[in-house]
Parts: sequence; structure tokens; C-alpha cells
Amino acid sequence: MGKFNKNAKKATPEINTGSMSDIIFMLLFFFMVITTMRESTLFVRINPPQASEVQKLEKKSLVSYIYIGPPIDAQKFGTEPRIQLNDQMSGVRDITQFIEAERQARDEVDRPLMTTSIKADKSVKMGIVTDVKQELRKVNALKINYSTSKGKDIHANRQ
Amino acid sequence: MAKKSPTINGGSMSDISFLLLTFFLLTSSINTDLGIARKLPPPLPPDAPKPEIHDRNVFKVAVNFRDELQVQGKLADIADLRDMAKEFLANPNNNPKMSEKKMEDIAGLGPVAVSKGVVSLRNDRGTSYEMYVRVQNELTAAFHELRDELSQERFGIRFNDLTKDADIEAIQKAIPLTISEAEPTAVGTTK
Repeated sequence: MGKFNKNAKKATPEINTGSMSDIIFMLLFFFMVITTMRESTLFVRINPPQASEVQKLEKKSLVSYIYIGPPIDAQKFGTEPRIQLNDQMSGVRDITQFIEAERQARDEVDRPLMTTSIKADKSVKMGIVTDVKQELRKVNALKINYSTSKGKDIHANRQ
Repeated sequence: MAKKSPTINGGSMSDISFLLLTFFLLTSSINTDLGIARKLPPPLPPDAPKPEIHDRNVFKVAVNFRDELQVQGKLADIADLRDMAKEFLANPNNNPKMSEKKMEDIAGLGPVAVSKGVVSLRNDRGTSYEMYVRVQNELTAAFHELRDELSQERFGIRFNDLTKDADIEAIQKAIPLTISEAEPTAVGTTK
């Protein structure tokens, strides 16, 4: 018993918190790395047009992206603007399937709120964009967003 | 070396890294995409009747494959488009060539003269996307400015600063976003 009494008089030993910061730092680095990753690598060059009347695209998890632009690898894909869905070059006909797959991946309650973001290069002609829009109408994906960068209002200095 | 150097208390280190962690957690979701939101019309059955819209209520905007803008049958500059659209929709002088208005009783606003005007946008397959977005932007701006003006008049604040859903809905009903897009022409497809 003597042994125990001796211990009880001592203060409880402090827990070494030095390694705690290491754990938190690991978490920190994990998040830092994760946030810089893109959802898909782009094969097409996209330099979005500018607009002033922009809205924020909310609920990122409910947004599907359609990229339209001239291919970066011109030798492989040519110079004509192409459509990219997910991680591959696609044609206009693949959009139906793409939207259907995106729908299947979401909860049923969220499906009416889904938005399609059209990220097109400013040099792209409207023909291809119109084709994409018609395809989207066919599959009833009616909420769209023309992705732009925030530009100056051309009437900003009027008032 | 008579004295042992005191150990630095590492407890606060975790606090600092926690702060950093929470900072990155919060900022990582902030970079949202920006864009012009639009709603496409639902697909129509081929035998659907054409909606009857009086000619004076249609504000015709067309862009050709050379990115030239035509408003109401005349060549126009993009810088003037917003004011022209605003004037057409609001029609302050009751010009018989501009849109008709209909008195409507809107909850929260009372009787308001709602414009029957519709903006019809037609573009060519050869129109550049940049020009298209600029035209869309100016048309959207026209509607936004009209909404802002009405909101200032009734509530004293701008439309975007309104917080009550009922107020927002009332303004949206008083000035509906009526932009209709025609099927594009195909003149400049070769390029």
C-alpha cells in the first residue's frame, strides 16, 4: 500500500500535447491539398466572357458542367471548338446521357434544383452553344447558367 | 550550462493550427462560380399553338454572324441597348409603338402597371459567344435596373438588398424577366 500512497500525493502527470499540433497540421495540409484540386482536367481552353449582371452559382454539388472551347491539344483534336463532359471530349449527342447520369447520381429531392453551367470560351460561335441548349431542353435540364467572369459594367460611370 | 533551458509549452501550438485549419475550411468553399442564370423554355410538342403576342409588345433584338446588333429593325450600338430596352418595357410616355401595360393587383405592392413587353432575342449560328453574353448581359441589366427602380420607390432599398421573400416575389411579378429566344438562323455557319 505504501507504494500507492506515494503516488497519490503526486500531481497527475500532464498529457503531452506536443503531438497534438502535428495531428492538426496533418489535417490542415490535407485540406489545403484537397481544395486546390480541380474536379476535372480541362482539354479545352476556356477564357470566359465578361459580364456585370452575374449571380453566384449556389449549391455546387447540384451543378453539372459543360465545357465548350478550342482544344488545347490541337494536333490531337484539331482547332474547332469541342465539347468536354467530365473528363473526355464528347459530341452533342452525349449530353443526353451525361445529364441522365448526373441526375442518377443525385437524390430525388434535389433533382429539380440541378443547374447546368455552360462554360464556354468567348471565341466560340453560337451554333455549338445552341445545339447544346437544344439538347438540354430535350432532357428537361432547363436551369442553366452561362459562366462568365466578373467584368466592368459598361454604364458604370454613367450615374 | 548550469541551468537547463525551460521547455516551451506546446499546448498553444494546437490552438494556432486549429485557427489555420478552420480558416482553410471556411475559405475553401467561398470561390463560387459566377454567371448569368437563365431558364430554358420546356420542349414544346410540334403541334403547339403559337402564342399570340401583339406586335407592339415585342422588342426585337437580333445579332448577325458579324456580331452586328439590330434593335427594332435598326442597327444599334450595344451601349444603347440597355436604355432602349428599359424605355420600351417601362414606356413612361405611353408611346403607342412601345409595350402595353396592364394594371395588376400584386400582393404587397397594390395595383401596378405590369408591362406586357417581351424581349425577343434572335442570333445567328455564327454569332460569337462573347457578343451573345454581352447582349444577354445588357438585357438582364435593363430588367435589373427596372426592378431596382421599383424597389427603391416602394421599399427604399435596392432589389438585391431586399430580404423578405414576399417583397422579392412581388417585384419579380411586377417586372417579370421576359426574354424569349428564337431559333437561330444559319447564315454564318461556315466559320
